[in-house]
Amino acid sequence: MSKQYETVIGLEVHVELATKTKIFCGCSTAFGGAPNTHTCPVCTGMPGSLPVLNKQVVEYATAVGLATNCTITQNCKFDRKNYFYPDNPQNYQISQLYLPICRNGKVEIDVDGEKKDVRIHEIHMEEDAGKLVHDPWTGDSLVDFNRSGVPLIEIVSEPDMRSADEVIAYLEKLRLIIQYLGASDCKLQEGSMRADVNLSVREVGAEEFGTRTEMKNLNSFKAIKRAIEGEMERQIDLIEAGEKVVQETRRWDDTKGASYAMRSKEDAQDYRYFPDPDLVPVEISDEWIEEIRSAQPEFRDEKMKRYKEEYDLPDYDIDIITGSKHLADLFEATIALGSDPKEVSNWLMGETMRLVNESEMEIDDVAFSPEHLAKLIEMIKGNEINRKVGKEVFEKIFSENVDPVAYVEEHGLKSMNDEGALRATIEKIVADNPKSVEDYKAGKKKAIGFLVGQTMKATQGKANPGIVNQILNEILANI
Amino acid sequence: MANHIDDATIEYVGILAKLELSGEEKEQAKKDMESMLDYVDKLNELDTSGVEPMSHVFPVHNVFREDVVTNGDGSEDTLANAPEEQDHAFVVPKTII
Amino acid sequence: MNILGLTALELGRKIKEKEISVVEATKAALHQIKAVDGDIHGFVSYDEESALKRAQEVQKGIEEGKYTGPLAGVPMAIKDNICTKGYTTTCSSKILENFVPTYSAQAIENLMDAGVVFLGKTNMDEFAMGSTTETSAFGVTRNPWDTNKVPGGSSGGSAAAVAANECFMALGSDTGGSIRQPSSYCGVTGMKPTYGTVSRYGLIAYGSSLDQIGPIAKDVSDCAALLETIASYDAKDSTSVKLDAYDFTSALVDDVKGLKIGIPRDYFGEGLDSEVGQAVKNAAKVLEEKGAIVEEFDLGLVEYAIPAYYVIASAEASSNLSRFDGVKYGYRAKDYEGLHDMYKKTRSEGFGPEVKRRIMLGSFVLSSGYYDAYYLKALRTKALIKKEFDKAFEKYDVILGPVAPTTAPKIGDSLSDPIKMYLGDIYTISVNLAGLPGMSLPCGKDSNGMPIGLQIIGDCFQEKKVIRAAYAFEQTRTYEAPEIAKGGAEHE
Repeated sequence: MSKQYETVIGLEVHVELATKTKIFCGCSTAFGGAPNTHTCPVCTGMPGSLPVLNKQVVEYATAVGLATNCTITQNCKFDRKNYFYPDNPQNYQISQLYLPICRNGKVEIDVDGEKKDVRIHEIHMEEDAGKLVHDPWTGDSLVDFNRSGVPLIEIVSEPDMRSADEVIAYLEKLRLIIQYLGASDCKLQEGSMRADVNLSVREVGAEEFGTRTEMKNLNSFKAIKRAIEGEMERQIDLIEAGEKVVQETRRWDDTKGASYAMRSKEDAQDYRYFPDPDLVPVEISDEWIEEIRSAQPEFRDEKMKRYKEEYDLPDYDIDIITGSKHLADLFEATIALGSDPKEVSNWLMGETMRLVNESEMEIDDVAFSPEHLAKLIEMIKGNEINRKVGKEVFEKIFSENVDPVAYVEEHGLKSMNDEGALRATIEKIVADNPKSVEDYKAGKKKAIGFLVGQTMKATQGKANPGIVNQILNEILANI
Repeated sequence: MANHIDDATIEYVGILAKLELSGEEKEQAKKDMESMLDYVDKLNELDTSGVEPMSHVFPVHNVFREDVVTNGDGSEDTLANAPEEQDHAFVVPKTII
Repeated sequence: MNILGLTALELGRKIKEKEISVVEATKAALHQIKAVDGDIHGFVSYDEESALKRAQEVQKGIEEGKYTGPLAGVPMAIKDNICTKGYTTTCSSKILENFVPTYSAQAIENLMDAGVVFLGKTNMDEFAMGSTTETSAFGVTRNPWDTNKVPGGSSGGSAAAVAANECFMALGSDTGGSIRQPSSYCGVTGMKPTYGTVSRYGLIAYGSSLDQIGPIAKDVSDCAALLETIASYDAKDSTSVKLDAYDFTSALVDDVKGLKIGIPRDYFGEGLDSEVGQAVKNAAKVLEEKGAIVEEFDLGLVEYAIPAYYVIASAEASSNLSRFDGVKYGYRAKDYEGLHDMYKKTRSEGFGPEVKRRIMLGSFVLSSGYYDAYYLKALRTKALIKKEFDKAFEKYDVILGPVAPTTAPKIGDSLSDPIKMYLGDIYTISVNLAGLPGMSLPCGKDSNGMPIGLQIIGDCFQEKKVIRAAYAFEQTRTYEAPEIAKGGAEHE
C-alpha cells in the first residue's frame, strides 16, 4: 500500500426499549413465547386496526436524548416508511424521518486516554419488525410477529469515528448511558442493541468523504471490530485496484469473516415517507422535559466520584463495578442491606468476576440477589462459617441463587466454634504427629501450618480457624 | 405542461407498489397517470408559499397509552385468516438472507 | 301492519311498546332482501340465521331491560369495509373475499350495546374507491329508483338497501362523499360526521385522514339517533375526539329562525344540472321562509379540492393497502416464484383496476423527487381550503349546496372517464379535506323521477346546527320511497 488511508465511520444504533408493552399496542414485549402469542390486530397489521403511542417510549427516548446532550424536538411526528417485507406486517414501518424526537447531541469517548466527542445527528423512535425463520425442510420461511411493534430508538451518529476502537468506545459509552437510565438492557447478543456501520475510506488529508457502505448483522463487539477491519481492507483494495466503491448495504457474515452485498432489483430503496395520518403529533413541553431530566439517575462519572469519596475503593475496582449498571446496582443494593462496602467490592471483584470468566457469561447476566450476598458476608463476619466454606457457598449463590443460611444449615457447613470439641480433636492430632511437634519445637514455625491443615481436614473444613490457631498455640506451648 | 410517464417510470412504480401490469394495463396506467397528473398540476396555480402542510385537520396532540399489558395470547386470532400456516407461524416463500 | 314503511325510530318505539317483535321486524327485512336484492344487489352477504338468532337475543334483552335505547331491535345493514367479528368483511374486493375479522369496529361494538340487529354487509366500490359502486368485485348495485342507474358510491349498497326497505338503517363511510352522494342518488338521508366523532377503529382504511363512518337512514331523525349511537371517544383511535355531548337528537327542532345560511356561488357554476340547482335553491327559499337568513357568498378554492384530494387519498391508500400481500389474511395467488412474485401476483390478481390506478398514483406522488411537488403541495392546499371554510363559518352557521352535480347516471357511463367521475365529487370532497360534518337529504326529483339531494355543511363539531337545519327543512316534505320498496313483498 503506497498511500495512507483514513477510515470514516458513522453508526446507526438500534436499541430496544425496556417497556412492558409494544410501542403501539398493549401486547407484552417479553422475550420468548411460542410464535405469534404476543400479538394483536395492531402489531400484525390487521385491516382497520390503529396504533396508539406508548407514553413510556417518549419518556425513554427523551431521557436518552437528554443524557446524550441532544436538543429535544418539542413537536415531533411519526412517519411511515413504506417497503414490502414479510416481517413488516403493514408493509410500512412507523418511524420518524421529518421530525425525529432528538437532534444534535454528542457523547465523549475515551480511547487509551485520548478524549474525543462523537456527535449524534438524531435519535428517532420506531417499531421493530417480526422474526423470520427459515425452514430448511420445506424451503419456506416462517413469520413470527412477537417482536413486531417492540419499541426501538435509532441513534444516528455523525461520521466522527476513525477506528474500530473508537466505535467500540462509542458503543460502550452509549450502552452504559442507556443501561444507567434503565431504558434498555442493551444486549448485543440478544439483539436489544444492534449497530449498523456506515464506513468509507479516504486518503489521509482528503477533504471529501469516500463512498460509504452500510454493514448490517453485527451482533457482538468482536464482530463489529472484525467487520470494520474487513470492510476497510475491502474498500482500500478496490481503490488501489482502480475500482469504485459502490454505495450499498452489505451483510456481515462473522463466521466467514466476509461481507456480502444485499442487492435485489426488487429493493428500490425508495421508502416514500409521509406523516402517519393515524398518529397525532407529540408535544414535549419544557415542564415534561424538566420532569424527565430531574428523574435521571446518577450516571457513571458521578458514581465513580462518589464511590471514591464515600467508600474509598481502589480506582480499578470502581472502574469495573461502575462499568456495568447491573454490577453497580448489585453493589449498592448489598451495601444498603448493611454490608461493608469493601467486603462487597471484594466479593464482586474477586469471586464474582472469577466465576463470570469461568462460565464465559456476561456480567449483566449475573443473577444472584443482593440479600444472599449480604447474608453470606454477615455469616462470615459472625464466624458462622469460615471464609473457605464461604467461597463454596458463594459458588452456589452465584449459580443457583441459593439462600446461604438455609444452604449452610442443610449441608451442615457451620463453623465448629465449640472449644471443647476442637481441643479434643487437636490434642489427638498433636499426639498423632510427633514429628511435626518436634519440628515446631526445633524452631520450624511453619510446621504449625501442617497441624492446622490436619485439623481442618478432620473437621471437613468447618473449624473456626481463629479458635484452632489459639488452641494449637496453647497446646504446643505447654508441651 | 402535459406530463409524460415513460415505461421505466411505470415499471419503477410497479416495483414500489408490488403490482404487475400486463402490457395493455401498462399502457392504460401510463395514460391514466398522465391525465391525473395533468389534472393535479392545477394545484400549481395556487401560491402556497409560506403555508404549513396540514396533515391533521385538528390540533390534537399527545394521545398516549400507558405502558400496561392489556393483551393476552393472541396467536389463535392472529393466525385465523392465514393463507398458509405452519407451527403457529405464517408461511412465506423463502426470504433472502 | 306495514313494518317496512316505518322509520328506525318508529320501529324502535313499536318494539318497545310490544306492537312489533324484533323477530317480526327482522323477518320483514329479510323477506324484503330475498324479494328485491336479486334486482338491487345492495348486499354482499347476509345471514338469515344469525340475524334471527340475534333478534331473539335482543328481544329478550329488551324485555329484561338490558337494551333501552331508541334503536333497540332495529335491523340494519353495515357497509362491508367495517369489521364485524366472525363475519366476512370484504371491502367488495377479491383480495379480502374470505376475510373474517376476529374483532369488531368500535362503531359496531356501540351498536351491539344499543341492541340493534345486523342483517348483513352491503356492497361498495372496492375499498371505497369510486362513486358508483361499479368497482365492486362482486357486481354492481342498482338504484332502487331506476335499476338501470347507479346508486352512487362508494356506500351505494347501504344507500340502496335503505331506499329499497331492505333494512331500516345502515352504516356507510365517507372519504370524499361516499355517504352523501349515494344518499342523494337514492333519495335517503346520510351524514358524514366531523372527523374524529366516530371511531375509525375497525374501519378498513382508504384515506385515513379523511375517512369517517356515518349513518344512512330514511330521515334526519334516524340519522341523528344512529349517529348518537355510534359516536364515541375511543382510546384505540388516536384521532378520536372527546366531545362535550353526544346528544345529537336534541337538535331535532323545527326552528331555523335567525340561522345564518351561506350559499357558495361557486357551487352553482358550470357542470351543475339545472334541475338539481333549482331544487337546491328552492330548498334555500323554504328555509328562508321559515326564518333563516340566507345569503350567497364566494367560498373560493372549490376547484382545487379534487386534485388535492386525489393526491392525499391516493398517497394514503397506497400505504394503507400495502398490507394486503397474501401473507397474513385474504387472497394469495396460486402460482408464483419466490416472495416478490407472490406479492405482485397476489396484489395484481386481488385488486381491481380502480384500486390499482389509485395505488399507482399514490406510490408515484410519494416517490423520491415528487413528494414535495405533489404530496406537500396537496397538504398546503388542504390548509388553504380549511381556511376558506373557517372564514365562511365566521359568518354562517351552515353552508347549503348540492351534493352532486347531477342525479344518478346510468350504469356503465362513469367508469370510462375517471376524471369525469372524480369531478362528480366536487361539492363533497372539500368537506372531507376540512374535516367538517355534512349531511345529504332529499329535496326533490328531476324530470326523470330521480331523487335530488341537498347538502348541508357545518363547522367542525357543529353537527347539531346541521341536524336542526335539515330537520326543519324535512318537516316541509314527506318521505318518498321507490316503488320497489313497497312492492317487494309481492315479488315472492
